[in-house]
Amino acid sequence: MQADVQQAPWRFDHFFIPVVLFLGFAAALTEAARSPDAPMVAQGWIFAACMAFTGIWYMWMYAGRTPADETRTYADGVVKAGVIAAMFWGIAGMLVGVIIALQLSFPSLFYLPSEAWTNFGRLRPLHTSAVIFAFGGNVLIATSFYVVQRTCRAHLFGGSLSWFVFWGYNTFIVLAGTGYLLGISEGREYAEPEWYADIWLTIVWVCYLVTFLGTLIKRKEPHIYVANWFYLAFIATIAVLHIVNNLSMPVSLLQTQSYSLFSGVQDALTQWWYGHNAVGFFLTAGFLGIMYYFIPKRAERPVYSYRLSIIHFWSLIFIYIWAGPHHLLYTALPEWAQTLGMTFSIILWMPSWGGMINGLMTLSGAWDKLRTDPVLRMLVVSVAFYGMSTFEGPVMSVKAVNALSHYTNWTVGHVHSGALGWVGYVSFGAIYCLVPWLWKKRLYSNALVEWHFWISTLGIVLYITSMWVAGIMQGLMWRAYNDFGFLEYAFVEVVEAMHPYYIIRAVGGLMYLGGALIMVFNLWKTVRNGVPVAPAASVTPALTAEAA
Amino acid sequence: MERWAYEDVLAFAQSWSVVYFSLMFLAAFAYAYWPKNRDRFHQAALIPLRDEDA
Repeated sequence: MQADVQQAPWRFDHFFIPVVLFLGFAAALTEAARSPDAPMVAQGWIFAACMAFTGIWYMWMYAGRTPADETRTYADGVVKAGVIAAMFWGIAGMLVGVIIALQLSFPSLFYLPSEAWTNFGRLRPLHTSAVIFAFGGNVLIATSFYVVQRTCRAHLFGGSLSWFVFWGYNTFIVLAGTGYLLGISEGREYAEPEWYADIWLTIVWVCYLVTFLGTLIKRKEPHIYVANWFYLAFIATIAVLHIVNNLSMPVSLLQTQSYSLFSGVQDALTQWWYGHNAVGFFLTAGFLGIMYYFIPKRAERPVYSYRLSIIHFWSLIFIYIWAGPHHLLYTALPEWAQTLGMTFSIILWMPSWGGMINGLMTLSGAWDKLRTDPVLRMLVVSVAFYGMSTFEGPVMSVKAVNALSHYTNWTVGHVHSGALGWVGYVSFGAIYCLVPWLWKKRLYSNALVEWHFWISTLGIVLYITSMWVAGIMQGLMWRAYNDFGFLEYAFVEVVEAMHPYYIIRAVGGLMYLGGALIMVFNLWKTVRNGVPVAPAASVTPALTAEAA
Repeated sequence: MERWAYEDVLAFAQSWSVVYFSLMFLAAFAYAYWPKNRDRFHQAALIPLRDEDA
């Protein structure tokens, strides 16, 4: 045994990961011991606990207590972990969403003045970060690791580095989420975590990029499949966006507070350059990677037009990056920059709809599968929602429309048609595919998928229609003048008018959460009691023969 | 050369970026629709369907 250990070649990950975990642990303990800031002390203890947990888990894995991925053809353990984490955070994030929707309807519900963490202002970023970064991020990490290995026919690069990415990313989530509840925030939309969490995420994200790129480099398939292009654009762009948007100076290394290097309108533009591309590259490019792998795979047909997918990719990434200024219409931003943002948003119709058509038409000749396969239906409906929300977005970026829609619930409705309809459904569809594939069990119940699909679809419809009505009404009431040129309505009258729509929205959100709970039950039963399937024979022999 | 004023940078960005974007789009379009690439992309579209699970 000892001879084996001595002969084992020196490996970067075996050195790098323990060192990073140890340094993180030491820094966290220093904060916990020395910081004058009570929230920072709490964050120090939480971070130290995460580092200790990951370190122990790491040793445990290498003591052979949990199966090491490296000895297998494909590293699937980390994909399984990502799927479990995604479902856990998804339920948590949606639950917080329902709670804050109810707080808006009934302000005293779930709010205890003595408990600051129950305040809407702290729970709202907890909801957005939990569903976008915790749920969505884990879905993207899991699916990207699965897809890149299959389409490159190569094991993940970097040995155990992918596990560091998984635990490191989830440590960031825990730091961010607990930080919001403690009242720590940079006040930057979708980038609320403070400087120390940002530094940690940067380290983790670079490791993610290295793992993904390394796998692409050692691929056995000569061509890089289009899904990987979308995943790579997502990973690389998020790295750039995250670093630039979070350039800030901490007040002290022992305190949570920091100040941005930018100020005024430059800061606002940097924030929305980041914010809109978080939508464009995190919530769109990454999930398009899912679309381009899982829809062809599930429909057992190649993508409608591979050439269109190439044009979709290049035009999407070149145009999206310029659309951010549409968040700052009628502000101090120069007029021409506002027009630029609006123009690029409208040009985005083309790649978005090109991509939607490509996804939908993949089913051409197999539309009957939508009737029999609820998982495929979920994936396809997600693409329809992608088309719908990418149509609505450019409309709202037109200045004349934005004058009505900005700061109203219409925006909230728009975001949720994309988030619940597109991102949520494409993720659910991919996970319904992945769990049976990974655990090699037949899905426990198709009927439950049907229930999930219909309950949550009804939930989305309630959500987005109520927010449209509420938003347009709100916008019209805000700018209504009476005969004397005074504002017709007081602010609180507008709030009162929205009450019924807020209740409908909360019901819609509750139904969406209910659907996700059915999914968790179904997946749990699949893993625990599912019927094992023999390793799948190659799908669609006809197509494979044609390819050969 | 003299330092560029804000307006000069603006004028450059607002005119030449049109050319730049058009060229980028044409390059992507030509790559996608180049007749010689036809077969390659046809094969590439089948990559997910050929991956037997291990």
